[in-house]
Amino acid sequence: MGTPYRVKGNTGDWEVVIGLEVHAQITSESKLFSGAAVGFGAETNQNVSFVDAGMPGMLPVINEKCIEQAVRTGLGLGAQINLTSVFDRKNYFYADLPQGYQISQFLDPIVGKGELIIDLAGGEQRTIGVTRLHLEQDAGKSLHEHSPKFTFIDLNRSGVALMEIVSEPDMRSPEEAGAYLKKLRTIVQYLGTCDGDMDKGNLRCDANISVRKPGAELGTRCEIKNVNSVKFVMKAIEFEAQRQVEIIEAGGVIEQETRLFDATTGETRTMRSKENAHDYRYFPDPDLLPLIFTQEYVDAIRATLPELPDQKRARYVADLGLSPYDAGVLVAEKATTEYFERLSATHDPKLVSNWMTGELFGRLNKLGVDIEQSPISSEQLGGLLALIEDNTISGKIAKTVFEQMCETGKPAKQIVADEGLVQVTDTGAIDAAIDAVMAENADKLAEYRSGKDKLFGFFVGQVMKATGGKANPAMLNDLLKKKLS
Amino acid sequence: MSANPTHMTLAEARDALAGKKISSVELTQSHLDAIARHNPALNAYVHHTPEIALAQAKASDEKRARGEAVGLLEGIPIGVKDLFCTKGVNSQAASKILTGFKPEYESTVTSNLFAHGAVMLGKTNMDEFAMGSANITSVYGPCVNPWRRSGEPEVKLVPGGSSGGSSAAVAARLGFMATGTDTGGSIRQPAAFTGIVGIKPTYGRCSRWGVVAFASSLDQAGPMTRTVRDAAISLQAMAGHDPKDSTSAIQSVPDFEAVLANGVKGLKIGIPKEYRIDGMSAEIAAAWDKGAAILKAAGAEIVPVSLPHTAYALPTYYIIAPAEASSNLARYDGVRFGLRVSEDGDSLNDMYEKTRAAGFGAEVKRRILIGTYVLSAGYYDAYYKKAQRVRALIAQDFTQAFTQCDVILTPTAPSDAFVIGENQDDPVAMYMNDVFTIPASLAGLPGLALPIGLSKAGLPLGLQLIGRAFDEETVFRAAEAIERGAGFNAAPEGY
Repeated sequence: MGTPYRVKGNTGDWEVVIGLEVHAQITSESKLFSGAAVGFGAETNQNVSFVDAGMPGMLPVINEKCIEQAVRTGLGLGAQINLTSVFDRKNYFYADLPQGYQISQFLDPIVGKGELIIDLAGGEQRTIGVTRLHLEQDAGKSLHEHSPKFTFIDLNRSGVALMEIVSEPDMRSPEEAGAYLKKLRTIVQYLGTCDGDMDKGNLRCDANISVRKPGAELGTRCEIKNVNSVKFVMKAIEFEAQRQVEIIEAGGVIEQETRLFDATTGETRTMRSKENAHDYRYFPDPDLLPLIFTQEYVDAIRATLPELPDQKRARYVADLGLSPYDAGVLVAEKATTEYFERLSATHDPKLVSNWMTGELFGRLNKLGVDIEQSPISSEQLGGLLALIEDNTISGKIAKTVFEQMCETGKPAKQIVADEGLVQVTDTGAIDAAIDAVMAENADKLAEYRSGKDKLFGFFVGQVMKATGGKANPAMLNDLLKKKLS
Repeated sequence: MSANPTHMTLAEARDALAGKKISSVELTQSHLDAIARHNPALNAYVHHTPEIALAQAKASDEKRARGEAVGLLEGIPIGVKDLFCTKGVNSQAASKILTGFKPEYESTVTSNLFAHGAVMLGKTNMDEFAMGSANITSVYGPCVNPWRRSGEPEVKLVPGGSSGGSSAAVAARLGFMATGTDTGGSIRQPAAFTGIVGIKPTYGRCSRWGVVAFASSLDQAGPMTRTVRDAAISLQAMAGHDPKDSTSAIQSVPDFEAVLANGVKGLKIGIPKEYRIDGMSAEIAAAWDKGAAILKAAGAEIVPVSLPHTAYALPTYYIIAPAEASSNLARYDGVRFGLRVSEDGDSLNDMYEKTRAAGFGAEVKRRILIGTYVLSAGYYDAYYKKAQRVRALIAQDFTQAFTQCDVILTPTAPSDAFVIGENQDDPVAMYMNDVFTIPASLAGLPGLALPIGLSKAGLPLGLQLIGRAFDEETVFRAAEAIERGAGFNAAPEGY
């Protein structure tokens, strides 16, 4: 266990308690209760059916694909799947809420308790409870930028299926909250139930934050709405915890309220206080019957679940011999895992892992891009690894080739050929080089033979230098040992 | 064939069309003429669609001339309650807030009717958003009952509500059939007040898609006609499973007309003692007894049954229906269609408040307020949740009763038609109109109203038959027996 995260106050250390509510847009062709298309970047009000626009007499009909996706996600979180769940109406007025209510699930959600393992720095893991997952429809969007006087409404998002995944208040630091969000994103991406793209708003997070003296009763919480990146969630928590500590230490009390995070200032501010809180007047939606399905249906979905990150990581350690840390890094993003698995199918997994976590990630970091924008495709890297594995080049030379691949985009094989970097595996040539080095360094040879073993490295270096670095290191070692003894 | 084509029944008109004794265009034109003559005094039709009617009639005649297969209502002129969305035609639910609203879609029920060849004469008057029992809350003004009390021809009576326009139109022979919707009695009570037949089928029998919602768990469409046979034919044309309505039942639609021949011999008719309420008028009681006697004479057995939670039905309904309505009517916010009232500098909330204040009438506002209250935090358990539990008990009462009988006979309404304006300031007295119809609505069961005779004032009195879920057949059989036995053939004068 690392040192627990503490907010330093005048009266001592404070502990922060965090619960997250994540809204994950379901990957589906059409909306939760209508046949309208779901698509990012469509023209304003292009993907709107009469149901989504709340026209008189229109009725919702459940999209079975969305149900399947929710069950799939629940199974991926090891959660209890409720064979009976109920859709409720959450009533409130807003211009971008066409029906005047949101169809959601309140008392009886489709998925109950589950859990999620988060991965912390240094390979440490913690389990965070998931309280529930429920289905709900998204609202539309108010556009204020087109006119100083009017608000325009885009209903493309109206009715889009969301999963609201609510955690237990089990997190104790911004790092843990960030890790939770990342892990959740990875899992839904593995499952194919949500694209997990926070930039496109299809994964959004509300954070519930309170502070307390370590071990004391839970404090009053504030909810920070709609934070749209892992980094911002962590920053918002950091700021909010500090703010709450300062208020309490100054003799104030925390009012339960909803706050917004301002990414430009890094601060949170009041959105609405409890007195202005909505009375949503939830009640079961009379247009929809309770959602009932069978255990067989759930089991059939379970049978199609992919290998999830935790299982994959365990397999990489046990079967491929990777270190838990490296395995964790490789499974953390779906795209990374896919890259790894494409290569490890035909190359030594450990070699692949070393190259990915070393050279490749170093390069991606430097470029500030993720693996999907990698300048070196898995196929290209495979070309390089093949040259290492068939002894055409040494690992050391491979690093030079890798650099050139990144710069020029040329295949490894071509670079090696053009630059004449082919490894020397001709024993005669290596022998000759050794003989020359031994001749030139008679004094060092004498020292070595009189017991100064450490000079072995010196000879290796000299021979390597003489061969322009191209001598096969293993062969060089063998031959040198023979000659020196 | 009667001299006046509008005086036929729907079944007679169907046969006349089939026998080429009359064309649909002629039939339709005679109705359009009758509407032109009588509607100004009745205010039964509020949107007139003569072009659509004549085009549909012409198409129907051509179809028949080509010898193509015809629908159940092929060439039959009908009225459509303003609550049904009809493509390109004003569909306003008799509310100011939907001023000018012309949907781009056709309700499933009207689509079914048109697929069966029906001809739309126009949209009929109703209480605003179907809230009312007298058709006096309409933005188009009250609809007038074609019936008059004997000796009081000047006194205008209500046609019942909310489907008052439909009931008045059918009673005044301004259509062979008109669609109604029934949430707590809005088909059955106006049918009783105008001496016609109306059936609210089992919840789920007819699609609610494209019907402006009042209370979703109760709303159900049904036909209003002048005979039981006409109701059977019409319901068959309207009903059917609709994948666009999640509460629509996956049930095949029987041949309702065919079962009318089966009679009632051996059927057990339940008479619920709890419906004999305090202060029931002697003539209502007598009409009820008469209905039972007719059924007995036709070979049915009369059995007393008990529906012990009947007294709780009305208060339960006036929690659940407004709760759902408060939510269903939230979409009328001035943002996307219909009325918008706002001034420069108004906030969003200002616009909501002004639009809804101007767009909704008093009764609708009253129910929105009741509904918002009973759903609000802290009251939900005490009101809405408790009402749902009572609703379940009421449904159980019927299940229990139907172990002893096949169909239940009750009065339809506690009185005959009353004067326009009467009870208008006493909502609770007004709500009492639905005391006999509401229990079946809460239980989702089919209920049919039909005339049994005239009151001392010369106005129709109706009886109600309640059946098991999806057993409209038995309801129709019993109704046919009463209709035959009662021989009710009175009609409002002058139509």
